[in-house]
Formats: sequence, C-alpha cells, structure tokens
Amino acid sequence: MDAQPFARHLKILEFALSSMLRRRVKNAGLIVVFSAVVFLLSSIVFLTGAFRTEALATLQASPQLLVQRTMAGRHALIPLDYSEVIAQLPGVGTVTPRYWGYYYDIYTGANYTLLGITDDGLEAPGSAPLRLVEGAFIAPGQRNVCLIGAGVARMRGARVGSIVSLRNTRGWMSEYEVVGLFKSASQLLTNDLILLPEADLKALFAMPDDQATDLMIEVYNPLEVDNISRKILERLPDTRPISHAEILRTYETLFNWRGGLLLAMFLGAVAAFMILAWDKATGLSADERREIGILKAIGWETSDILELKFWEGAVLALVAFLAGVTAGYAHVFYLGAGLLAPILQGWSTLFPAIDLAPRIEPYGLAVLLLFTVAPYIVATIVPAWKAAITDPDRVMRSA
Amino acid sequence: MKYHILFGLLAAELGLFAALHLHAGTDAERRTAELADTRALVAKLGLTDLALWTEARYTRHPSQADRFAAFQDFPAAIEHFPAGSIIAPPAALRMPALGDAPLLIDGDR
Repeated sequence: MDAQPFARHLKILEFALSSMLRRRVKNAGLIVVFSAVVFLLSSIVFLTGAFRTEALATLQASPQLLVQRTMAGRHALIPLDYSEVIAQLPGVGTVTPRYWGYYYDIYTGANYTLLGITDDGLEAPGSAPLRLVEGAFIAPGQRNVCLIGAGVARMRGARVGSIVSLRNTRGWMSEYEVVGLFKSASQLLTNDLILLPEADLKALFAMPDDQATDLMIEVYNPLEVDNISRKILERLPDTRPISHAEILRTYETLFNWRGGLLLAMFLGAVAAFMILAWDKATGLSADERREIGILKAIGWETSDILELKFWEGAVLALVAFLAGVTAGYAHVFYLGAGLLAPILQGWSTLFPAIDLAPRIEPYGLAVLLLFTVAPYIVATIVPAWKAAITDPDRVMRSA
Repeated sequence: MKYHILFGLLAAELGLFAALHLHAGTDAERRTAELADTRALVAKLGLTDLALWTEARYTRHPSQADRFAAFQDFPAAIEHFPAGSIIAPPAALRMPALGDAPLLIDGDR
C-alpha cells in the first residue's frame, strides 16, 4: 500500500542524483570542501573527547585533597607543622607531604618534573612492582637512583643502568643511576617525570627539612572533603586546599571543545563553511532556475521541487559528513592526530606521543551534524523555494 | 538506478567507519589493564596532572597552578603560549556581575 509514495520519493531522489551528476564538478568541489571542514572539526571533537576521557579515568586515583600554601599570591613551600594541625581535624586520615618541583635542563631545553618519593610511600601496600615500570622500582633506603619517563629517556638517551646528572643549587652536578623507566603506556602521565628518593630531591633543590611542596590529605568520607577544606582554611588561612573534584573539573573544562582556542578554530571553520555553502547553494545558476521553471510548467508541485532540492542537499551533506568523520577518526586514533599536533604541542619540548583509547562522542558528533548538515540543507532549499513559488514563465524568462 | 549507487556509497562509508571503530576497539582489553595499572601509578605517586605541556608551571600542572593561571600576567590577558589558549579563563571571569556570587571559585577553571 505504501509502495507508491515510497516509489515516488525514490524517483525524485533519482532525478536529484541525475541533476547533481550534470553539475558534477561543482558538487565534487563542494563535497571536498565540506569533507575537509567536517574532518577538521571532527578531529577536534574526537581528540578533546579522548583526552578528557583519559584524564578523568586516570586521575580518578589522584589524591582526595591537597593543601598548598600560598605566599604573596603564589604557591610556596608548606611547613610540615601544618600537617599536625590538619591531622587533628575529625575525618582526616593520614597527611603525607609531597615533594616535587621543576628542573630546566639547559642541555636539551626541556623542563622536567621532579618528584620525590618517601620511604613510607615506597613501603605502602600495593606499591612495587608497578607493572608500568621497566626495570626496578626504587627500594626503601636507596639513594642516588631515579626512575625516568619515556620523554626524559629519549631526550637524555638514557636506559636502565645509565647515569642522569642534574645540576644542584650550588651548581654542582649530582648523579643518579636510572634503575627503571616508566613504560610508554603511562607517558601521558610520566613523560617528563624523574622520580627520586625524597632525600635526594630535597638535597638537589636544597629544600628545608621542615618544609614540603604540598600536603596530601586522606579523607575517610569523600563527602566530607569540602567541609574539611573549609575547616583547613579557617585554621590555616594562608593555605589553598585543592580537592579531587576540582582536579577533575579542571580537566573537564580544559578539554572541553567549547572552550578557548578550539572554539575559535571551530567557529572560524564553521563560519567559513557557512559562507561557502550559502554562496554555492543560494546562488542558483541560470540552468537551475530554468530547470525549476520547466518542472513547474510540466506540472511539478512546489513540494516536489522542495523535496528534490532537499535530496540534493541531503545527499551531498551526508556523503561529505560521513567521509569527513571517518577521516577525522582515522586521523586521531590511527595517525596520532598529526595535523593537530603542532597546535597542541605549543612550545613544549617534551610532548608525549598521542595514543588515546578510541571513543566516539555522540553529543559532539550530533552538534557537528547540526552545525554542518542542517544549515547546508536549509541553504539549498530556501532559494529553490523562492524560485518555485514564482510564476514558471517569469522564472524561465529571468533565467 | 543511481540511488542504488548512492545507498551503496553511504553504506560503504558507514561500514568503513564502523570497521575502523571495531578494529580500534580490539585492544580494549589491553587498554583496560593499562588503565588499572595507570591508576595504581597515580595513586602510588600522588599524581594530579597529565604530562602534556611542559612549557610552564601552569600548563604542566593546570590543577595546581596559581588561582589566576593560565592568565599569569593579569586576568584575561592574551595568552602567550599556544597551549594556554586552549585553557578557558575562569568561570567567574566569563560571567561578570553575578550579584552575590563569589568572584572566584576555588579551582573552578
């Protein structure tokens, strides 16, 4: 029963395809440009989505609460006495000082992150052997040894057993034997990392014995983190508590494709595409006007002409959209987002290779579809509608 | 029938996309295992940030940076690092004149 209307739509589609093939150069050009815009935008959507997922998944295990000290509006070393004040608060478990800092390597022009691990941390349950370490982990009580990330190893040409020398605050070189390497699977977190025993790190930076970089607080009930942060601020007003939720929120915002440079790229590309699509689709050629006029004259309804134009727009947009999205997916998850890498890397000397878990962001793709396919179809239909409601004789004459 | 060719083309495109996604998902088991290992490493070392941008403190550790990072010179200054441009300004700076709302929410970047 429904076969006849269905056949009618297919015939209009068939007619649309024939009409498109007659203007094959113009349509092929549009498909190439359309696909390129969708490729760029979908690459951004895939890349930021995968980064965000990766960050949120791995940083789930980050500390529940960190307390920094601020001095003159900047992060300063925190006295270890503060940990006693914090430990007395109800609901607080262990308070562990963290020792870390940055090291600018004049030989390679790279910045490393140096992290000191305490003997208590090394002895904590669930510690060694960590499966993402090649070689050995630092043993409690060991000195002048280090573990390095894949990026540091590449920069320094170091392997297990090599010596890494770092300049201390007195200008002398301190030497550390590489006992282990962080495997490349963890490079999104450890690429620039040099892990040292706490005593070595403090000696290298000449860090006072009674101070740490910040404090890591264990909170028994995760729902109490905000309360405890408030209490810490009341007792120690020069501190800044940073909760686990805030860390995750930072990354949620950081890799939101609606923010910052990505938004600018996104909007720029969409605007350029809109202008092109509007220009191409609205500027009905004389041939197209004549075609509409003839179709009207031989008895086509306005609705048939609109359907014809809808099919023309939809076919072109869908073919190009799918091609662009597929290319974007392959670009990000198979080719390491090579084209976006120079923008992403910025001035970083050490940038990890991008190997992200594949993920399709339905929301991002839906928005992309809405911003590219829908306007294009509208831009195709509107001028055709204008021509179709005009008297066929006038349309053909003006053409 | 040209529409057969069109349907064939659309099906081929969808099929290619699905095949790429399925192929990329074949190492899901490895990735799941790696995720557990990575979390163990994060918990062990107390890590807070991804080691993506090493060019400045506030790009290496965005979650630990000063309150007014990534705009270190003054709020809403034009960023001098490309990576910093990806970080949006704090929510409070994007929504001025919210009455009693605090000027800056801790860590809300």
